Amino acid sequence: MKKRTLLLTGVAAAAIATGAFADGHAPLKVGFVYVGPVGDGGWTYEHDQGRLAVEAHFGDKVETVFQENVPEGADAERAMTQMALQGADLIFTTSFGYMDPTIAVAAKFPDVKFEHATGYKRADNVSTYSARFYEGRAIQGHIAGKMTKTNKIGYIASFPIPEVIRGINSAYLHAKKVNPDVEFSVVWAYTWFDPAKEADAAKALIENGADVILQHTDSTAPQAAAAEAGGVITFGQASDMGEYAPLPRVSSIIDNWAPYYIQRVQAVMDGTWESVDTWDGIGPGMVGIGEITDAVPADVKAEAEAMRDAIAAGEYHPFTGPINKQDGSVWLADGEIASDGDLAGMSFYVEGMTGEIPN
Amino acid sequence: MIRLEKRPTPSQTWAYLTPLVAVVATMIAGGVLFAFLGKDPIVAIRTIFWDPVFGEFAFYYRGQLLVKAGPLILIAIGLSLGFKAGIWNIGAEGQYIMGAIFGAAVGLAFYPMEARWLIFPLMIVAGALGGFLWAMIPGILKTRFNTNEILVSLLLVYVAESILASMSLGLLRNPEGAGFPGSRNLRQYESAANNELIAGWGMHWGVVAAFIAVIFAYILLSRHIMGFNIRLTGESPRAARFAGVNPNRLILFCLGLSGALAGLAGMFEVAGPAGQISIDFNVGYGFTAIIVAFLGRLHPIGILLAGLLMALTYIGGEAAQASLGLPAAAIQAFQGMLLFFLLAFDVLTNFKVRFGREATV
Repeated sequence: MKKRTLLLTGVAAAAIATGAFADGHAPLKVGFVYVGPVGDGGWTYEHDQGRLAVEAHFGDKVETVFQENVPEGADAERAMTQMALQGADLIFTTSFGYMDPTIAVAAKFPDVKFEHATGYKRADNVSTYSARFYEGRAIQGHIAGKMTKTNKIGYIASFPIPEVIRGINSAYLHAKKVNPDVEFSVVWAYTWFDPAKEADAAKALIENGADVILQHTDSTAPQAAAAEAGGVITFGQASDMGEYAPLPRVSSIIDNWAPYYIQRVQAVMDGTWESVDTWDGIGPGMVGIGEITDAVPADVKAEAEAMRDAIAAGEYHPFTGPINKQDGSVWLADGEIASDGDLAGMSFYVEGMTGEIPN
Repeated sequence: MIRLEKRPTPSQTWAYLTPLVAVVATMIAGGVLFAFLGKDPIVAIRTIFWDPVFGEFAFYYRGQLLVKAGPLILIAIGLSLGFKAGIWNIGAEGQYIMGAIFGAAVGLAFYPMEARWLIFPLMIVAGALGGFLWAMIPGILKTRFNTNEILVSLLLVYVAESILASMSLGLLRNPEGAGFPGSRNLRQYESAANNELIAGWGMHWGVVAAFIAVIFAYILLSRHIMGFNIRLTGESPRAARFAGVNPNRLILFCLGLSGALAGLAGMFEVAGPAGQISIDFNVGYGFTAIIVAFLGRLHPIGILLAGLLMALTYIGGEAAQASLGLPAAAIQAFQGMLLFFLLAFDVLTNFKVRFGREATV
């Protein structure tokens, strides 16, 4: 414990030093830690759009700083410490793997607020936030099930964490509902952003007969691979990826962080910031569904849009029973809706999925 | 007209001078690059090279320099011995991963027993063993079947990465982690934690091990027969054979030692700065250490300085990203320039620059 106090003293001294020039009118400093490059066209790009929206909204009342391509681990801890030392009041850490580093750094800087995306560990000065991407996956699954001719759907997954597994299950359930013959092949890329690896995965899936490619990785490489192969449809991930519309990209899930970021920055300014766990979906606008192109038959498009509106209005939940687990055991009884707790820790496939979650 | 004329023997002066010239050239070319990006080059260079050591927050960055340089130096020292003898272990990254897995596995096997005097030393031995065994694969394949150690050791990195992923998701996964991948955090387990020896200084057992390795390598190379054999084999393999050096033993020694040191670096990292086995645990120390080894002229003291310099470009580069808004790619290009200029100016070690026409004989 003694060691700890020594470090805290050093940190406190630094906080006083930086506080000296932070008079009442100094801009609020907001930091962002990114796992990929801001130009990835997907996940990090959208977080950066959120940052720019904060700048546009608050003007000179805020100053934002960011660091891109930060590996998850010791380097992330340093990136956050650096921002806190340089006077950041609020720091958004935007990847699952930043969870332990965020908690560790937050403990050393009790006066700095932290917001960690997609994690589950909170503290007095650490909030978590995530989006219900599985709502968008349900719509993708519906379109995919309707449009596939080979009945083979390829899925480029990143890491076998609940968020990704939820997406696979949601897409599968809704594809299967409209097309009982549909089969999913999942490739685990073990990366959030690696264009070469993602392109290889897409090509392999297409060669094996998949004519729909879903991706839970951040680059546009799978879109390019599908465009090259022809006869394959894809969905934009995290960002609209509209440059690949109308084909292969027929729709997309868009992460819209801007409203949340603006709201949280405002809360710090007002002194009303509290540690919360936010999990918003299509309804509050955190998940957007990119325009469904004319490559999708009009009736399918209408159904997909109806589903989108029903989810947004809270009338339909993508995980509504009866749903069995892959091993045949009952997960949700008829009409039962999955609890957020179950969804947050989802580590199993639903019935009908082939293959195993890496373990 | 400018010509290059081969020197009869490599120039000693230039061998020591080129790293310095390369650093200066990198600063100038990097400054031009930053200026094109619309940043003040002087401020950028100062942010990268000066502020981490002497700036306002140096009390934090100095420690971080050691955290970053420790594994680089430890791995590079091991690699340099092999490189000197013409034995090319390119797969230190894989040995680093295996050392981390072995070390963490031993620590986690004892969880939650508290017995630091037993567990931590065992983890150190296991870490070294993990790296050693992984390096023995290319070693034995080379001595038995004359395979190419560059290819085998490099490709084993990808195997090690797959094992790492499997460990994070399976055997070593935190049972209380709600299904998320990654092991328990070793830093929160008193008996296995490799925490800073003095808080805020960055100095952990891995950094201590790196310094010991520098001294050990220095003595080995200047005073021990093994060091002589290594240097002799590198300069003239034929002469070495006549002098009675057993090439197979030398290969196994160099690969085994560099593997063990890389494994140690991995173990200290996983129990300290990284804290846990996770899919993304490795961030390229094993590859960067190759640059460090050459930047340090394969000399122990040189490697010590090169490791610190490389760490400085990382720490300072990150600071420049956050405070000046320099893109990460510009920082990477800047680091690349360092190696580029080093290799380019190396020409001066072996060649003389002459102006004018070649004299006709």
